[in-house]
Amino acid sequence: MIETSPTSTFLDANELVINMGPQHPSTHGVLRVILKLDGEKILGTECVIGYLHRGVEKIAENRTYMQFAPYVDRMDYVAAVSNGLGYCEAVEKLMAIEVPPRAKYVRTVLTELNRITSHLLWLGTHALDIGAITPLFYCFREREEILKIFENYCGARLTTHAFRIGGLQYETYNGFEEQVRAVCDTFPGRLDEYEMLLTNNRIWLERTKSVGILKADEAIDFGVTGPVLRASGVKWDIRKAMPYAAYEEMDFDIPTGENGDTYDRYLVRMEEMRQSLRIARQGVDRLPAGPIIGKVPKVIKPPVGEVYHSIEAPKGELGYYIVSDGSTQPYRVRVRPPSFVNLQALDRMVRGLLIADVVAVIGTIDIVLGEVDR
Amino acid sequence: MADEQKKEEGAGAPAAPAGGHANPAAPAAPAMEPWDSEVVQSLRKSFPGVDLEAFSFRGQNLIIVPRESILPVAHFFKSELKFDFLSDLTAADYPQKEKRFEVVYQLYSFKRNERVRLKVPVGETESLESVVPVWITADWMEREVYDMFGIHFDHHPNLKRILLPDEWQGFPLRKDYGILQQDVKWVQENLHIQSGQ
Repeated sequence: MIETSPTSTFLDANELVINMGPQHPSTHGVLRVILKLDGEKILGTECVIGYLHRGVEKIAENRTYMQFAPYVDRMDYVAAVSNGLGYCEAVEKLMAIEVPPRAKYVRTVLTELNRITSHLLWLGTHALDIGAITPLFYCFREREEILKIFENYCGARLTTHAFRIGGLQYETYNGFEEQVRAVCDTFPGRLDEYEMLLTNNRIWLERTKSVGILKADEAIDFGVTGPVLRASGVKWDIRKAMPYAAYEEMDFDIPTGENGDTYDRYLVRMEEMRQSLRIARQGVDRLPAGPIIGKVPKVIKPPVGEVYHSIEAPKGELGYYIVSDGSTQPYRVRVRPPSFVNLQALDRMVRGLLIADVVAVIGTIDIVLGEVDR
Repeated sequence: MADEQKKEEGAGAPAAPAGGHANPAAPAAPAMEPWDSEVVQSLRKSFPGVDLEAFSFRGQNLIIVPRESILPVAHFFKSELKFDFLSDLTAADYPQKEKRFEVVYQLYSFKRNERVRLKVPVGETESLESVVPVWITADWMEREVYDMFGIHFDHHPNLKRILLPDEWQGFPLRKDYGILQQDVKWVQENLHIQSGQ
């Protein structure tokens, strides 16, 4: 009897280790993932990060409190306004500075618009990763309208440095309210257009349903926050749980998912954009008059002490832990980046899936490497 | 060099505008107040021999926990007090203190909607237990603390550098590591340039 199959050749190797990134278009920057595969099935992954590490926390210790503010914009550079808000509020808390209501409202409006731009970039690139090219162009069209508001307000589109410790530097420009209202009027229709392209699209459903499932208890264990946590069914949003800026006076809902899969995270973010519009509209409708900056000393010199302040950034909990030694420079600044922590759950989410799903899951976690690596 | 630069910036950057604007007196520094609550009491009751200090500053509560007890205390916080969410884990360097490092845990409880900060003083040659068995999320955070401060966590599943290259020498967030300092040998060998500056 002739042996037809050889007992062992190099083809027998069941496990294969391949490298993805750091130069890979669907890793959204310089993320490198080492994949261990059985055929096309993923047995395990390891993320290699740090390619964009700039030592932001070390820089902070060598700058004054005001000088460090523009640096935070360069971490999550698609949500610079949120980063600035978190930092300014942390320093304000440390110094017990009261921010005037008008500044709080303008901050809230701009931060919510920023949430929309961040989610739009996520939607465009995430859909592109999965093979739908059309939404990207639409998303950038709408994003442009919001970036114009930022540009009119503070001169910058991306790394805005929109806020100052204690309030705002700039008063709103003529036509600010109208422009925000115009976005609020047109955008819901545009969101419906995106949903028409994707929500019931057979390919989209196949690629996202039951992909990258994270159950609620796992999500809490992994410390994930933001839309990823909410899509797993945990109704927790810092804007509601520990309100900051003017969120306490705003009326909005927290969307949650049930299955914790990629599709639910998509639905949660789509609904979040609608809620952000609600907040932005309420903000400009009720925009109080008054000063835009509180009583801030010319030299920012917080008393000895430490605070941890976190906000709900578009990607999750963005925390700043600031230690002051009573001098003009922070003794220690720690940034708790949502992307870094959320990325840690990638391994759990992709085990047992196919390589193509890794791309979908990286997209759905919505990371920005500038924030992961800092 | 690095120190010089720091002094310069400290003196120059926040200078008051010409005309001699007097720096308003800093607000009276609120000292850390002692903190007592049901959380602290139940903790003291369950760990009678352990020296726990609790403080409050700006409405934020913190507990100083000795290094040896961090793992049981962490377990207790998670299972008994329902602080099931570890928001952040980091460290700070105080070279002038007897125990140089402070490892800082930011805990959150969904049930209570409350935050608590745990601080563990650690000496330069000491290590402490990893809390990965309690909160999985501590994995990367402890790796980052190891990477930046060189603090060793016992029984961590995979304690290696995370942001810096594996072969990098030195721990950048220590206070004696200058802002311009770098691992010159690594930079020359791997990037083929004289200096990264």
